[in-house]
Amino acid sequence: MSLTREQIESIAALARLELSAAELPVYQESLSRILEFVGALERADTASVAPMAHPLPGLTQRLRPDRVTEQDHHAEYQQGAPQVAAGLYLVPKVIE
Amino acid sequence: MSELHHIGVAGAAAGLRARRFSSVELTEAFLKRIERSQQALNAFISVTRAQALSDAAAADRALAAGSGGALTGVPIAHKDLFCTQGVRTTCGSRMLENFVSPYDATVVAKLKRAGAVMLGKTNMDEFAMGSSNETSYFGPVRNPWDPRLVPGGSSGGSAAAVAARLVPGATATDTGGSIRQPAALCGITGLKPTYGRVSRYGMVAFASSLDQGGVLTVSAADAALMLREMAGFDPNDSTSVEREVPDYVALLGEPVAGLRVGLLKEFFDRGLDAENGQRVHEALKVFESLGVRLSEVSLPNLPLSVPVYYVVAPAECSSNLARFDGVRYGHRCEQPRDLQDLYRRSRGEGFGAEVKRRIMTGTYVLSAGYYDAYYLKAQRVRQLISADFSRAFASVDVLIGPTTPTPAFAIGAKTSDPITMYLNDIYTIGANLAGLPAVSVPCGFVGKLPVGLQIVGPHFSEARLLSAAHAYQRATDWHTRVPEGYA
Repeated sequence: MSLTREQIESIAALARLELSAAELPVYQESLSRILEFVGALERADTASVAPMAHPLPGLTQRLRPDRVTEQDHHAEYQQGAPQVAAGLYLVPKVIE
Repeated sequence: MSELHHIGVAGAAAGLRARRFSSVELTEAFLKRIERSQQALNAFISVTRAQALSDAAAADRALAAGSGGALTGVPIAHKDLFCTQGVRTTCGSRMLENFVSPYDATVVAKLKRAGAVMLGKTNMDEFAMGSSNETSYFGPVRNPWDPRLVPGGSSGGSAAAVAARLVPGATATDTGGSIRQPAALCGITGLKPTYGRVSRYGMVAFASSLDQGGVLTVSAADAALMLREMAGFDPNDSTSVEREVPDYVALLGEPVAGLRVGLLKEFFDRGLDAENGQRVHEALKVFESLGVRLSEVSLPNLPLSVPVYYVVAPAECSSNLARFDGVRYGHRCEQPRDLQDLYRRSRGEGFGAEVKRRIMTGTYVLSAGYYDAYYLKAQRVRQLISADFSRAFASVDVLIGPTTPTPAFAIGAKTSDPITMYLNDIYTIGANLAGLPAVSVPCGFVGKLPVGLQIVGPHFSEARLLSAAHAYQRATDWHTRVPEGYA
């Protein structure tokens, strides 16, 4: 399984990762090797096997009653934000 | 007072209660050792000296008033992916270099409630992705047994700190071996509990179906004490299991005679260093002398655990790390041109090479057209591996094998090839895939380097694993060996 440079660029775009020109061939090589390595899974006979959904057999995600349990922490949480104003997170203009 | 640092978690707790020394004395002694060795080992990312001494003084007052908890005044350290309110939590990443959590992880809160005194936050592979502690943005941790070697990872800082007796015990996390592998490489005890046993709330997520918090300590008895205080149901973690926590300390003395021990055939493969394997066989002799019943067990699908892991873990990592967007917290690039540029450059700059590699691997295996072939296929094989374990536990109580294929390796030796690095975890990943508890205990040396023995048990068998490890440690003294220069 060998990935092309274009595929790496497209994966990086999907993952919202800026890669430098120097990084591209490095990931092209190592991702290709990883995919080749995990290709060993193809040989396992899983025709009648259900995908594992939870590490503990028989357990599923617990649900809780739909009650408000959280208080407003936005001021506290925004202390660590890169840029805020009037309680809002600021990003570059999205709509012209 | 020169021997205080050998005391361990249980020894410290008992000594404090008996007022043989104060928490301030103990805390000061360990802080001095941390500060003295920081340049040589780089085991810590943050040292919280002032807070530690003030917490220790408060612990001494509580002890004097007779109102202490199980760990009152005992110094510990947290792996730097447990959120600590008011103290930065970096996860070994530039992305979180200046992140200060507004809340405590449940594990941190519980240990605090039990009275433990935090000395600092330990170094680790970036976002816990690594087996050598070389991917940390804060530089590699060095192995106290030989500073040219890695301590293992991802909990390398916690492991090196306990091995060098810079702290009696430390928290750690294990997604594919990140507690057990560094425990083996540093000659200490490491316990990865059953998935769901310890709350993941406030643990920075890597792979949510595999991550589990645990402990690195000198002995199994110390691990039992820390785990008892850390474990338990937490409504804030939807995968936390509602199940009573046994008194692991009280159960340490459970007899091992008659225990059915399965020798895991697939762990004694071509990749296992001969001498490393020899030490494990010697340990098995000790177990036989303790009266266990040995038999060989085969888990035919286990050799596929590394390929399964390197699909499932990156897939989960790519979605978990999507939250780091340069908007709400964490690193943000300078002068973003537009929103896409903000995302891409903040992430490109904030994440290191291995983290980016895993995000991209995960993005690929989850992408349209590849999801079935990779992700779903891996989850099916994961089911086969899990079924192999269940079948084995129908005839044996625990499985035993080596923790790692080799002792510690040189810094830089495996960084050029990700697959070589990934294969370090070949014996540890299975337990994560199946959600099983496992412990690594020191079982001898190859040359001057420690070697680990791994015991894996059925879900929620921590008490049995700890009592088996404890029996072994009563019969041997490998866990008491300390690296030269740290005695």
